[in-house]
Amino acid sequence: MSDKPAQTLSFQGLILTLQNYWAKQGCVILQPFDTEVGAGTLHPATVLRSLGPKPWNVAYVQPSRRPADGRYGDNPNRLQHYYQFQVIMKPNPANFQELYLGSLDAIGIDRDLHDIRFVEDDWENPTVGAWGLGWEVWCDGMEVSQYTYFQQVGGMDVEKVSGELTYGLERLAMYVQGVENVYDLVFTEANEKNGTPEVLYGDVFHQNEIQQSTYNFEHADTDKILEKFKMAEAECEHLLALEKPLPLPAYEHALKASHLFNLLDARGVVSPTQRQEYIKRVRDLAKGCAEAHVKSEEAVMDRAWQ
Amino acid sequence: MAELLLEIFSEEIPARMQVRAAEDLSKMMTEGLEKSGLTVKDAKVLSGPRRLTFVADVPLRSPDVSEERKGPRVGSPDRAVEGFLRGAGLSDISEAQVQSDPKKGEYYVAILNSEGRNTTEIVSELVPEVMANFPWPKSMKSGSSSFRWVRPLQGIICLLDGVVVPFEVGGIKSDDTTEGHRKHGKGPFKINDFKGYIKSLEGDGHVVLSHDKRKELIIEQARKACADKGLELVEDEGLLSEVAGLAEWPVVILGDMDPSFLELPGEVIRLSMRTHQKYFAVKNPKTGELAPNFIVVANQDAPDGGKAIAAGNSRVLSARLADAKFFQSEDAKKSLADYYDKLDTVVFHKKLGTIKDKAERVAALARELAPKVGADPDKAEAAAKLAKNDLVTQMVIEFTSLEGQIGRLMYEREGGDPEIAVAIEDHYKPKGPSDEVPTNPVAVAVALADKIDSLFEFFAIADEQPTGSKDPYALRRAGLGILRLEIENELNLSPQWYFELAGKLNHPELDYLNYADSINQVEGFLALRLENLLKTSGHRMDTVMAISDADYQTGEGLSHFRWYQRSLSLEAFLDSDDGRDLLAGYKRAANILKAEAKKGDLPEGTPNRPDDPHGAALFDALQTASSEISSALEDENFEKAMLSLAELRAPIDAFFTEVQVISSDNAVRENNLRLLGLIRDTARQIADFEAING
Repeated sequence: MSDKPAQTLSFQGLILTLQNYWAKQGCVILQPFDTEVGAGTLHPATVLRSLGPKPWNVAYVQPSRRPADGRYGDNPNRLQHYYQFQVIMKPNPANFQELYLGSLDAIGIDRDLHDIRFVEDDWENPTVGAWGLGWEVWCDGMEVSQYTYFQQVGGMDVEKVSGELTYGLERLAMYVQGVENVYDLVFTEANEKNGTPEVLYGDVFHQNEIQQSTYNFEHADTDKILEKFKMAEAECEHLLALEKPLPLPAYEHALKASHLFNLLDARGVVSPTQRQEYIKRVRDLAKGCAEAHVKSEEAVMDRAWQ
Repeated sequence: MAELLLEIFSEEIPARMQVRAAEDLSKMMTEGLEKSGLTVKDAKVLSGPRRLTFVADVPLRSPDVSEERKGPRVGSPDRAVEGFLRGAGLSDISEAQVQSDPKKGEYYVAILNSEGRNTTEIVSELVPEVMANFPWPKSMKSGSSSFRWVRPLQGIICLLDGVVVPFEVGGIKSDDTTEGHRKHGKGPFKINDFKGYIKSLEGDGHVVLSHDKRKELIIEQARKACADKGLELVEDEGLLSEVAGLAEWPVVILGDMDPSFLELPGEVIRLSMRTHQKYFAVKNPKTGELAPNFIVVANQDAPDGGKAIAAGNSRVLSARLADAKFFQSEDAKKSLADYYDKLDTVVFHKKLGTIKDKAERVAALARELAPKVGADPDKAEAAAKLAKNDLVTQMVIEFTSLEGQIGRLMYEREGGDPEIAVAIEDHYKPKGPSDEVPTNPVAVAVALADKIDSLFEFFAIADEQPTGSKDPYALRRAGLGILRLEIENELNLSPQWYFELAGKLNHPELDYLNYADSINQVEGFLALRLENLLKTSGHRMDTVMAISDADYQTGEGLSHFRWYQRSLSLEAFLDSDDGRDLLAGYKRAANILKAEAKKGDLPEGTPNRPDDPHGAALFDALQTASSEISSALEDENFEKAMLSLAELRAPIDAFFTEVQVISSDNAVRENNLRLLGLIRDTARQIADFEAING
């Protein structure tokens, strides 16, 4: 297999390999979205672009934040900030499963030696009113990707089905490199010629995990965050209520609201009843954005046909 | 006959759906073929992770059918003739024949010949129809197509007598090729018939086609892999069936783990293995304890003999168990009692407060119930305030089904009271009809209090009674639990008393009248559960409603325990000759009374001792039986009461045989009717025989 790397991939090597692989399959390679999100799926390149009839193929890395998962850098597996690699192909090609398996070959998983399985796991994200059918993909019993065929997004049936892949990059890299602790991952290899040293994941992110965990759990000012949540919510609603609604910026404010809610949740100040209430508020925002986006896309299409 | 072979090939079908899907496919294909007039022989169906296969013998053509349809008489009005032509599909009456018979005279007959069809044609229509209407529990669209299948469809083989039956479903054209195992023998394979299909796929294709065969292979390999190391497989039929749906070419591998994980509770290890990883646990046959090993079923033969696969799986399991150990040590940083306040963060029901609110209510109830079930009130209260605490430990949040067990383990480690420890685990029991019922008094008090609280609160406060098939709070299970706790522990508790207690103790703000109706409803609900309990254990259930619901000793409502016992005694009585005859006599008396009541008011008052000897004998027998029954019931000796009732059989029979009840002498008639009324009233001391069938 020509895509197979000669040696074990570094963390950044893994990302570069996946990017190159999916670029070759015709995907647009996007850069991370510049608003905090809890998962790669929330990027507008997935949520909004999976709606409507236009074909759309994209791959990107997305830093994902889950404040409640922070462990002050002490836990070998849990992080409040980590990376997902996300692929969307709309409509999903008939050989999407083969393409996915090809990507595992590309990053050096020898499928002669390792057992790959597709285990039923239907995906749902109530915050953006999205769900689909698919699998967890297991490699020797470890989940290496989530594989989904979107059926609904923003509470609406999709016109064309998107195939979605989400690779948890840290976990995948730990597997490929045979490392037990995320902070021991080789992020960047040494370059002897230039005298640049090897860089580990911990060198890049350990301090960040400690400080962000401390902030999330101890110092985040819940009153101010609540204010910010309300502002983001109001801004989103305002942009959607315009005579000519602006769903793209509105969606960014919906994402901000979603992240602020996660922060409140991590601080333990949200009661279970309130929790449902907040999730509903964020879902209503996201749904409004999705609906407005579909309408504005239809308007663009109509103009194109006139 | 010719062979029809159908293979529907797709991306991975969820394991839990495969066997059912194969059955559905077989049923729908067979019914569809038969509906088209084809006989179907030797239908077989196979299922696996990526394919459903149906094969059967069918004729190449459906038979010609000739049908006669009778029409109106010759000379009938035009409208009748036109209707006949339309119905028979004829364009002119000259196409019909004329027949005659002596009664009807001459009339029209249409001979409808429908020619047989080629089976190819039938199948090419049937398969797309079956697939379009296939009852998947969940299905999906893929790409730009609107066709729904469980996962994207990848190919269809459809061969009749070795020739492709052409059709298209969801953008896929039927043909004669398929793929084998993704890694070991992808193919493609060109198929001519079922024999060749089996040979190609099970040979070079490396696909074990039958679900049952994969199960056999797995269990044999697994037992052997364990035995080779002196170990024993912990068998698990549900898991076996699931893993047989996850591999086309199952290969069993024995893996190992760090023995230090065996410090975790065995249930945690087994659950981790089973639900998260789909591994079988392995035990040491000598000690019966879990061994530091597991069985994983891979989907391929690896060139290194599965070493890398075993190592990978072992790492994943270690990470899982390390999490569990972390949870255990985190949880142990506080004592179980310290988790009580945190129960306030979990909502039980929006109208019924948090879990802590529930625990408070249960504790108050358990304290009052304790003396009645032989438990120490302090222990019952303490146990109730510990029983729910593990719900907020990390271990139970991760392994929900271990609720109760984890609390017990923590409490035992802290050196807590053994009775309370048992109550913490057992207060959820019985969890279902076959689950065991607690017997330890403290556990019984808390288990009862928990369920009484749920029924009272959901019926009286939240107004959330189960309806039809909807029972989101599992109140039927709670009701059955109450019955079984009382019956199996022979507890004589008045339901009216404990439900009122639930109101008084926990809702002092309410007046009894606020929930009196709800208590009636709950009691009716429990009577239905009692019927259900009798029915599912093979007894008759009409006895439940027939039994008088008063307790003769206390004057309060009948306890479920006595109610149950009386139902069984009554059943035994009704199954005896005495019982059958007495029931017949009773019904006869009741029927006469009903018939006479229609004619006018029945005479009031008590009968005099009749002059005729049979009437007098019955009168005497009724006096005796009535007082015997009363005193037997006061002793709660239901069987004795029924023996006394049985004594009436002969005098009642003799009375009906020898005496003209509806006498022409009105005074005699009225006295006889009063006597019949006395039969009914005497029997009713025991049960309302009107409610008994037969």
